Amino acid sequence: MAWQWFHRLGSPKWFYEKTGPWLPWLGFISIALILIGSTWGLAFGPSEAKQGNSARIIYIHVPTAVLSMAGYYVMAIAGAIGLIWRMKLSFMVMKAAAPIGAILTFLALFTGAVWGKPTWGTWWVWDGRITSMVVLFLLYLGIVALQEAYQNQDTADKICAVLALVGMVNIPIIYKSVDWWYTLHQPASLKLTGKSSIDPSMAYPLLLMILAFYIFYTWVLLMRTRVEILKREQKTTWVKDLVARG
Amino acid sequence: MTVETFSLRRAFVAGLRRELVLSYRHKGDLANPLIFFLMVVVFTPLGISEDPRMLAKIAPGMLWVIALLATLLSLDGLFRSDYDDGSLEQMVLSPQPLGLLVLTKVFAHWLLTGVPLTLLAPVLGVMLQMPGDGYGVLVLSLLVGTGSLSLIGAIGAALTVGLRKGGLLLSLIIMPFYVPVLIFGSGAVKNAIEGFPVGAELAILCAMLVGWCMFAPLAIAGALKISVRA
Repeated sequence: MAWQWFHRLGSPKWFYEKTGPWLPWLGFISIALILIGSTWGLAFGPSEAKQGNSARIIYIHVPTAVLSMAGYYVMAIAGAIGLIWRMKLSFMVMKAAAPIGAILTFLALFTGAVWGKPTWGTWWVWDGRITSMVVLFLLYLGIVALQEAYQNQDTADKICAVLALVGMVNIPIIYKSVDWWYTLHQPASLKLTGKSSIDPSMAYPLLLMILAFYIFYTWVLLMRTRVEILKREQKTTWVKDLVARG
Repeated sequence: MTVETFSLRRAFVAGLRRELVLSYRHKGDLANPLIFFLMVVVFTPLGISEDPRMLAKIAPGMLWVIALLATLLSLDGLFRSDYDDGSLEQMVLSPQPLGLLVLTKVFAHWLLTGVPLTLLAPVLGVMLQMPGDGYGVLVLSLLVGTGSLSLIGAIGAALTVGLRKGGLLLSLIIMPFYVPVLIFGSGAVKNAIEGFPVGAELAILCAMLVGWCMFAPLAIAGALKISVRA
């Protein structure tokens, strides 16, 4: 019984029908949290002692960076599940996750550059974390390109899953890069264990924004997966019924 | 048929001999990466600067980058002809593990691309005015590093073998994985020229080679099985 939900995931129809009612909730909660978190962080939170107001970009920069790495795990684990259990749905999740991850990585790099200009005096430096984030961006682009290149969807899925799994080696390197190469990018200030080096007055809005981005990510991922389900299942009767009903 | 006929060592030797004979019969393909290496090295002073000090400064990085690109160019055909004529299917069906047979092909690729590039590199280093302290480390780092490049590249070649035009895509998906090899490879040469110890960089290059040796055959074999079945 405990595994029934897992077997049901094998049915795109079940997934489509189940997730439909979640969407408005996820959308509403994520937008509300992003509004609250950014207002709190940008308008009411304290300004940083040395960097002034420019440091407020962390409320966007950190969540996008966190999600760009977490999103890679989502994509690679979905690919692995697809390869191991031959589950169509997880390949659809993998395909849906790749462009979202690419955009989040780009945003993390972009906000980092905008932050770097007033803080470090330059848009770009080749330090460990920035370089490894560029590599992550390229990995995402490679998967999107490979997905597009194959005509046969089944082959495309499996091939991309292999590439996503090989790419997993990069994620721990990015995560640890700020500790291994102590260059310009500061080490992580939020810690799950041990004492964080960020003041609670800034940490709370930041944590709220990270949570908001996680929910936002889930929302967008579900929407993209649902579109992918409709596209791939367009020949089945349930999709035809769905379209006929309008 | 004795048991020994199926031994892994025999499969490895037979596979290697086949690869070497095949490449010997297409000698032109062997020279292409080397000519590319030479040409881009010629472009460097023309495009950037003829100033010997400037060239000496960028030589280690340039040599590594160009050697990497030359390897990349040679990869597209790695599994292509075997895929087209059905040999790949026979390899998938053979009693020996596909990972081992694939490793044979990668080893042959390294022998025929990585090693010649490594041997040519010091000569081109002279053309780029590279300082004398760097040559030994340049050869060592390329010798180990091109092994990783061949292994990683073979993953890309296996992933794109089913595509008619895989060349550019192959480069796109493989380059992110080349980044660490490049960083530590050219870093070792730069350290050697500046008189710093190079042990750490070389050790990491060796570690990467060992790691990819373990991991890459699995990924290559998996990707080839998917491509053959499609």
